[in-house]
Amino acid sequence: MEHAIRISCTRRNLKVVRDFVSDFLLRYHLTDLLVNQIVLAVDEVVANLIIHGNGEDESQFLDVRARILNKEFGIEIEDTNLTSYSPASYREPDLQEYVRIGKKGGVGMMLVNRIMDRVEFTTNGGHNLCRLYKKIG
Amino acid sequence: MKITQQSTENTLTLSLDGELDASSSVVLDTELSKPEILHNHKVLVNCQKLNYISSAGLGVFISHLQRFQDAGVKLVFFNMQEKVHNVFEILGLDSLMTIVPSEADATAI
Repeated sequence: MEHAIRISCTRRNLKVVRDFVSDFLLRYHLTDLLVNQIVLAVDEVVANLIIHGNGEDESQFLDVRARILNKEFGIEIEDTNLTSYSPASYREPDLQEYVRIGKKGGVGMMLVNRIMDRVEFTTNGGHNLCRLYKKIG
Repeated sequence: MKITQQSTENTLTLSLDGELDASSSVVLDTELSKPEILHNHKVLVNCQKLNYISSAGLGVFISHLQRFQDAGVKLVFFNMQEKVHNVFEILGLDSLMTIVPSEADATAI
């Protein structure tokens, strides 16, 4: 079963996506902890795409599609902006160093990578697609 | 995100109510950025009604921790819900920050 939602690129819609994901997961009777982790991972990617990928341009949209297949949660987040995320350049940050220098951002993808089983970013003809997967059974 | 403040001698308690995400964390950042907050010996953060935290919320605490430590101000979290505590654990922040079960524990520090 697949569920889908389209949102415009504003931070106000972060809560909309979180509710979409938690409502979708409701029927699978998962623990609060697991639901929160999955919702968080999706929220982090969506926030990055809204704020950094699309510059909070409300005329731009994200398409979000969630499904469960073979006891695995999967979600696709798609947009059409020209800025694409390059996971190859990602290095896990040193949090002690972040504390020392007072850095405010930069731990979102660390959460995503530690929570989800698979994290994929692809770009094809102006379409950026992020896929996240997590076993739930 | 609603933040309620309670001040006693040398201790400021901030009670967080709601969700700390990339949209709402600016409110918390504004509170923690105020210079007068460093006049306290302790800043206690009551997380009982904090239902959600994302990296943006964590980032606010990460960015102020050293400033608080340099000023001799203890930042202590208490009454944290399990799912929120789990987010701190995933990053190992529970070993960099002081998180205790109850207000009594926080006051005793």
